[in-house]
Amino acid sequence: MVQKFDKPILTPSQTAGPYVHIGLVPEACGIEDVPFETLGREIAGPEAKGDRIKITCRVVDGGDLPLRDCLVETWQADAAGIYPGQEGADPAVSGFGRMPADFTTGEITFETIKPGAIALSGDRKTPPHISFWIFARGINHGLHTRMYFPEDDLSGDPLLARIEHRDRIATMVAEATGPGEYRFEIRLQGAGETVFFDI
Amino acid sequence: MTGRLIPREAGIHPPLFTPAYKTSVLRSPQRALIAFDSSPSEETGPTFGHMKLGALDNDLLLNYARPGTSAIGERIIVHGRLLDENNRPIPNALIEIWQANAGGRYRHKKDGYLAALDPDFGGCGRTITGEDGSYAFRTVKPGAYPWPNGPNEWRPAHIHFSIFGHSFGQRLISQMYFEGDPLIARCPIAQTIPDKAALDRLVAALDMSETKPMDAIAYRFDIVLRGHRQTHFENRPEGM
Ligand SMILES: [Fe+2]
Repeated sequence: MVQKFDKPILTPSQTAGPYVHIGLVPEACGIEDVPFETLGREIAGPEAKGDRIKITCRVVDGGDLPLRDCLVETWQADAAGIYPGQEGADPAVSGFGRMPADFTTGEITFETIKPGAIALSGDRKTPPHISFWIFARGINHGLHTRMYFPEDDLSGDPLLARIEHRDRIATMVAEATGPGEYRFEIRLQGAGETVFFDI
Repeated sequence: MTGRLIPREAGIHPPLFTPAYKTSVLRSPQRALIAFDSSPSEETGPTFGHMKLGALDNDLLLNYARPGTSAIGERIIVHGRLLDENNRPIPNALIEIWQANAGGRYRHKKDGYLAALDPDFGGCGRTITGEDGSYAFRTVKPGAYPWPNGPNEWRPAHIHFSIFGHSFGQRLISQMYFEGDPLIARCPIAQTIPDKAALDRLVAALDMSETKPMDAIAYRFDIVLRGHRQTHFENRPEGM
């Protein structure tokens, strides 16, 4: 026998289900007189420093159908690469977004500022990226990926260096569709399946 | 509390591909997840401790009810503590919940179940944990409801929980079940969790000590998120 760790068991994940909107974006599902305001609507306020960008995304299943009942949460740094809560962060950047897919088209469109590169240890940096967390009916545990930008050099990123199948990196790079406008398609399964992380 | 996150323990969370829960079949990645040590992108996260909450935000009995009335159903208190796996309380953290009404019907435009809507019940609530990680909601016990996964499939009574720690990598969505419900063992969603002890973590226990006599029955539901590694012998420059 050995000493036993007194560690509690982690609370396991369960799917968010089809009615997740009630709790997290109530006005999206037809609840009038919502008792409180929705969070994550403004990622970067009008005073935020940096280039304003617009991102349109879709989450597509293994049968090529866009998810029309999913939610996406995003987390990002400010234009200097500093996360909200860290010293020196831009006070106009909340960094947090929460967006439901459109019930008809499955599209999600949001505006923010382009984050800066993130400092790691030594003088290494991770290129600008936005973290995505995707949840919906049929997803047993929120899926975590990152969106990178097509104009940036991604060669120095230690996380991307971990990916053995180099062609898969492209699944995390948004497509530029106009000045300051990007399109990001997240494919859950099959050909072109997006890279998801366990971090 | 920040720093490197402890990797998720294997076998606790459900796998993504769980064919008995049919919707997961086309919504689960086939490639392995890429594992990596956490970085500032996962160690930081949105915080909500400063948020101004309304007095009824955690009271679903009243927060959608017309003046002078309250929601219909078995009145319950759901309370507990938010901890990390090092047994430390997580204070100032946001917990959001949503649920069906006492008849098993959601106030959602996509729910067409024939059980009636309750005009005095909305079904959403939120709260911020206290310094000791404690939280509490007052609500009605939700009803079981049928769903089209199989020809005669019923969800056990449950409350959906959305939980933030202090790091984006701690983010969790789950469901709370009720002690003694025979539908838990038959539910393909609850049974996506392979480990019996892990599933038991989602089953709230009747708690007579917090029950309010002649008013509301209490259930206790503690929630445990990933923790951060202790900093002994960390080869890590400042500012990471
Ligand atoms: Fe549900």
